[in-house]
Amino acid sequence: MAIREIDTALITRTVKQLCIEATTVLNPDVLEAYAQGLAQEVSPQGKDVFKQLIDNARIARQESISLCQDAGMAVVFIEIGQDVHFAGLDLTAAVNEGVRQGYADGFLRPSTLDPISRENYGDNTPAIVHLDMGPGNQVRIHVLPKGFGGENMSRVVLFHPGAGLEGVREFVINRVREAGANPCPPVIVGVGIGGNFEKCALIAKKSLLRPVGQRHPDAVIAKLEQEFLRDINRTGIGPQGLGGRITALAVHIETYPTHIGSLPVAVNLQCHSHRCKSAVL
Amino acid sequence: MDAPVRIQTPLSEHGVMQLKMGDRVLLNGTIFTARDAAHKRLIELIHQGKDLPFDLRGNIIYYVGPAPPKPGMALGSAGPTSSYRMDPYTPALLDRGLKGMIGKGQRGPEVVHSMQTNRAVYFAATGGAGALLSMAIKASQTIAYEDLGPEAIRRLTVVDLPVIVVNDCHGNDLYTIGRRQFEITA
Repeated sequence: MAIREIDTALITRTVKQLCIEATTVLNPDVLEAYAQGLAQEVSPQGKDVFKQLIDNARIARQESISLCQDAGMAVVFIEIGQDVHFAGLDLTAAVNEGVRQGYADGFLRPSTLDPISRENYGDNTPAIVHLDMGPGNQVRIHVLPKGFGGENMSRVVLFHPGAGLEGVREFVINRVREAGANPCPPVIVGVGIGGNFEKCALIAKKSLLRPVGQRHPDAVIAKLEQEFLRDINRTGIGPQGLGGRITALAVHIETYPTHIGSLPVAVNLQCHSHRCKSAVL
Repeated sequence: MDAPVRIQTPLSEHGVMQLKMGDRVLLNGTIFTARDAAHKRLIELIHQGKDLPFDLRGNIIYYVGPAPPKPGMALGSAGPTSSYRMDPYTPALLDRGLKGMIGKGQRGPEVVHSMQTNRAVYFAATGGAGALLSMAIKASQTIAYEDLGPEAIRRLTVVDLPVIVVNDCHGNDLYTIGRRQFEITA
């Protein structure tokens, strides 16, 4: 196949657009999950929260303002077809320029800072960029601006193999229970099982790219997702932790082969304001 | 659920004592913003025996780092951040007359105890509903620590800002009681 050249100026424009869209307009799957949550929730304060979330989504879209003041760090997944050649600014710089322009033009809060001096950079760069390479000559970009209410409540553990699936289940449910109201429930629970220290965290995050509530194609994993969701929604935490039956909108599990000596598990909690937009170039 | 009650700031001790866990409240008047970095500086001033940039007595602090305003708006998206991070600084502020806090998430036992002894109240606003909440903010003025950007201290004028009482000054906690009420065991 012939090599396709893509000017990285297009990457900048696309990332900018995706940052603004993701932070102001929720996807239909998220809005559908709110509608279902409102219908299923039995607690009055929980129902009230769902109504506020639905109103909030409408206001953010109409006024073109940030759904949440925490527009997060911009997590950018790029899947590159190996028959693509990039011209212009280097790819990571092009992504960061897109983030800089998107957060400025979208009136989004700059939240990134130096971890030592804690001085705010003022432009929300750099992004967290994950590159993947595969066949073809297209480029797929996912922008997931992720707030830190959920990030701060996320955890990785490397169990010994004997912990088994029961250990995984207990860890996931307890993580949601201990996080309580902090990650802004109703949450989406991203779970990574397997791999190693960093891989389980990465697949937990990647699981959030799935439409909310879409089951894993493997029936065994899909069943685990349903069981975990049922158990999480028995905790009573409810929307915003005020008490209720809808603590999570969905559980997404991804797996990866692991080592004979370990059972890595990551729980990446995503707030109800699940902001994610994608484009294919 | 009862209809929300409209409350004017600043809060009086009598007013705080009337508020009960689970009450829905529409706040009106002046409130102040502060989050992690501003709290750290306030505590440093207290340790140095210096005056604070605003009088805490009767006032409410909103834990928020707002988004920048679009032209024509007072402030951008402005929902609460997680309150537990402010716990280490909070009792010292309550001892100096702070009467209310707006945030999200459970407070530690020392803060809850201090709220009881100092007669103060903790409200939750809906986390992640920053666009909705920004509609209640009619004016904003940075009064300290402009260098902190979104973490600067701002004086806000709010009209009908929707919040709910999580911790009243009588020791009740909606996060604990609400969860227990809806938990399914066995």
